[in-house]
Amino acid sequence: MAKVLMTGNEAVGEAAIRAGCRFYSGYPITPQTEILQYLSWRMPEVGGKFVQAEAELSAVNMLYGAASAGARTFGSTSGPGFSLMQEGISYIAAADLPLVIVNVMREGSGLGNIGASQGDYLQMTKGGGHGDYHTIVLAPANVQESADMMVLGFDLAEKYLHPVLIATDAAIGQMVEGVELPDFITHDIDKFDWAVRGCKKGDKPRTIQNIYFMDDNYEQHLREKYARMVENEQRWESIEVEDADIVLVSYGISSRLCKEAIKIARKEGFKLGLIRLITLWPFPEKAFAEVNPDVKGYLSVEMSTIGQVKDDIRLATGCTKLVDNYGSMMELPEPEGIIEKAKSML
Amino acid sequence: MKYKVPTTVDVMKTTFCSGCGQGVVNRLIGEIMEELGTAEKLVVTTDVACGAMNVDFWNFDTIVGAHGRPLPTATAVKKVRPDCLSLAHLGDGAAYNIGMAETMHAAIRDDDVFALVLNNCVFAMTGGQTSATTMLGQKTKSSIQGRKVEVEGKPFHIENALSGMDIAYLARGSIESVPSIRKTKQYLKTAFEKHKNNEGFVLVEILTPCPTNWGMTPVESMKRIKEEVMVEYPVGEFINRGGGK
Amino acid sequence: MAKTEIICAGFGGQGVLVTGLIIANAAMESDKEILWYPSYGVEMRGGTANCNVKISDEEIASPFVKEADIVIALNEASVMKFEPRVKAGGTLIVNSSTVKPRKYRDNIKVYEVPATDIANKLGNPRGANVVVLGALARNTDLFEPAYLKQSIDSFFEKRGRDNPKNALCFDEGVKYFD
Repeated sequence: MAKVLMTGNEAVGEAAIRAGCRFYSGYPITPQTEILQYLSWRMPEVGGKFVQAEAELSAVNMLYGAASAGARTFGSTSGPGFSLMQEGISYIAAADLPLVIVNVMREGSGLGNIGASQGDYLQMTKGGGHGDYHTIVLAPANVQESADMMVLGFDLAEKYLHPVLIATDAAIGQMVEGVELPDFITHDIDKFDWAVRGCKKGDKPRTIQNIYFMDDNYEQHLREKYARMVENEQRWESIEVEDADIVLVSYGISSRLCKEAIKIARKEGFKLGLIRLITLWPFPEKAFAEVNPDVKGYLSVEMSTIGQVKDDIRLATGCTKLVDNYGSMMELPEPEGIIEKAKSML
Repeated sequence: MKYKVPTTVDVMKTTFCSGCGQGVVNRLIGEIMEELGTAEKLVVTTDVACGAMNVDFWNFDTIVGAHGRPLPTATAVKKVRPDCLSLAHLGDGAAYNIGMAETMHAAIRDDDVFALVLNNCVFAMTGGQTSATTMLGQKTKSSIQGRKVEVEGKPFHIENALSGMDIAYLARGSIESVPSIRKTKQYLKTAFEKHKNNEGFVLVEILTPCPTNWGMTPVESMKRIKEEVMVEYPVGEFINRGGGK
Repeated sequence: MAKTEIICAGFGGQGVLVTGLIIANAAMESDKEILWYPSYGVEMRGGTANCNVKISDEEIASPFVKEADIVIALNEASVMKFEPRVKAGGTLIVNSSTVKPRKYRDNIKVYEVPATDIANKLGNPRGANVVVLGALARNTDLFEPAYLKQSIDSFFEKRGRDNPKNALCFDEGVKYFD
């Protein structure tokens, strides 16, 4: 199929439709709003249901209901709205429900601002809401991946019966690139027997609930589920790490600048490599086994002031290597700045 | 009158406190579902409070919703499974405190969803704190001298809040006496019929006793409903829109 | 052409963002990597607007443009803002209907075309940006004029907004520099 021009946000919306998603709920918040606007007309066009909710609190609980009833379901939000969805995401994880939620990240804590940023890493990878759970987190770096990861997101969500989050940002959401859209998939709302639909006389009624811990095997079930995700779903892209003196670790929009930095640095004879995180959770620990054993250090390149990925790199390397971070919550990292910082670690 | 025990709800095995109103309401739901022939189409979304325990006492597909948010959850169920009946099972705390925005916006959108509110004038599951519908002077664990206008404001009336709104049905019933229970069953049945016909948003509030948190015997509780609660909260139909949206 | 970076700027409503999209689309259809990025999310009629277009044989890193190979400036404010950001030896295309005569940097190539006047004369007042695209095709080696012309038509056709007068505007934009 030929490529079409689309923004990252539109690609998310169209790919969801093509992946068989027929229920969306959200609330306007910049820089995510184009997803909501796109689905407001596109969803009814394919016979799906769109609701602009009164708040993200309500939106996420609509997603909870639609997923409980067996529909392929997705929602989207940004920063402050993502915080409001956390209780609901915790419920959805606790109830073993498959759905996809996209967070188009924006700057700062509090109100912050509407520009691109990557400050929700910790919130997305460490649980985010209350209680004992993780979610799979995918991080697209361009418009094509924004579309592809919607399809992958639904597949993983249904494979594990678990919510999948997609961490994109204002830059990827609003840039236009050429994208090859995925094929249309038809989702059968009765695919899963656990989905509520009304109980036939004599059958055992279905319950969607967050109090499975009353079952004897509940913790065993959870441990196995998370172990399978960690084992099977680590995804990453490695570039020239085998001989690198410094390896950059990055994801999403920042990783694009890292690739440029590597090209410039290698021309100068400075051996820079990159591990691009494609899954943020599970963290791709396996990627670090491929790195030059004599690497001098790792530089986390992210749009964050405090350096949110740093600790995960330390854990993945057993705290045996120097780890530092580079980046600003407000500005895209510059290749020159990345190289300069990396050199200072030699 | 032919007396028939519904098979879709277990009225013998509940673990609710003695004198709780949930059992009576459950029975009414069961009877109506069987009379309308819709028992196999009902999906209930409960709140997290006492009502969530109903999961073990009825034979309906059930979602345990988040506190105050069963209405959006139930709305979505109905949207993706339009042939189902979708009931949000709420208390006064869920519908009128934490979930007030959800209640108002389900009404504004005139969503095809059934809001059932068991109003016992108190947060029961957490041990008896003030809710929006706590009576003036009523002592609770968070208003030990009784609810005061200058502190908690006046009791909340859903019929005032939704007055003039374009919704399918709004009624309040009570279960303090057999005649009241019969009348309440009529309200519920009318509401279920309207919901079944996709006529829009229906809300039925039922005044229920909470002997445990009211510090009363079951009999005293029923007396209180009749003499005090029903004076503050009149029963009856407030909105009954004919036909569809 | 390994990598070309373009800024399109003007009033909101002059078709600035669409001009960038047309360039991006034409490049995408000739199998280039492209990236288009608006200066800010939503543009209102009457405000100033600009967008970046990057065209490359390789993966594109940043959506931002520091120094542009080509600047298309449809109004005075855009010339003031973006002339300093044209690379030495780069190209500045100006809509001279809305920009007063002035002295430009002497280390860049400047092409002035009265795009609004030409478009008005051809009865296509919203076609000034298409005139400018003609000037772009004629004066840079980005696209063959014939290729860009058909690409513009297919761009608008796909959006259900085909207008035969666009081709006339484009041709005039090319011819103006003959």
